[in-house]
Amino acid sequence: MSGELIVFIVLAIISVAAATGLLTSRNAVYAALFLIINFATVAVMYLMLNAPFLAIIQISVYAGAIMVLFLFVIMLLGAERLNGEVLSKDLKWQRPLAGGLGVLLLIQAAYVFVSRFGASPVAPDLIKSGPMEIGMKLFNSYLLPFEVTSVLLLVAIIGAVVLTREK
Amino acid sequence: MNTISPYILLSAVLFTMGVIGFLTRRNAIMIFMSVELMLNSANLAFVAFAHQWGQLDGQMFVFFVMAVAAAEVAVGLALIVTVFRTKQSANVDELNQLKG
Repeated sequence: MSGELIVFIVLAIISVAAATGLLTSRNAVYAALFLIINFATVAVMYLMLNAPFLAIIQISVYAGAIMVLFLFVIMLLGAERLNGEVLSKDLKWQRPLAGGLGVLLLIQAAYVFVSRFGASPVAPDLIKSGPMEIGMKLFNSYLLPFEVTSVLLLVAIIGAVVLTREK
Repeated sequence: MNTISPYILLSAVLFTMGVIGFLTRRNAIMIFMSVELMLNSANLAFVAFAHQWGQLDGQMFVFFVMAVAAAEVAVGLALIVTVFRTKQSANVDELNQLKG
């Protein structure tokens, strides 16, 4: 068993355990912290997959900015306790049905991914994927999506301000 | 490892857990976190495929997915704050009318 596989298995166990914690926790703050653990393990996997720049972005933007926003809103609203999560009477069947459909989706996705794409080997030569290469690609091949993204972020800012404005 | 199957499998597992969380939780904030979990698993698949084919394009897509996720979270949390102000609750079952 290679060292990379051992690291992967440890990370995968932590990541799935954190996701389980997210799904089952009764406190929104704990759920957010579990999600941050999950993001951190995925960031380490990015490092193993030759994507160091994305690993840092994952930590700083996802685990940093986005999850801090989540925690901020949870604490601002005082909505940590999730005790009121009782399903209304006519939706009792929803939980087992969701579980069954989820397992079905997992089997299907795993079969399709692994049988169609997973078998072919990894490209022999590693690509360079530092900030310089990412930047060159971003401003040459992906200039239009980049500009559209900037407009999207502007719209998000305006939307957030308009939605939370006091009447 | 000279194959990316384990990464893709993990990505499928995380995506499924996100879907189950999205379908079973009733709190709007928890639903948002499940969506983040799904986006993150899709990102993992993108990076794994980029590694497999030796192309940077998969990593570029992750870049854009992160930007869209950030925008989505900003607007979504603003919506939750507004809903919480009027309903005093973030439970999606109580949001059964269009008129606030």
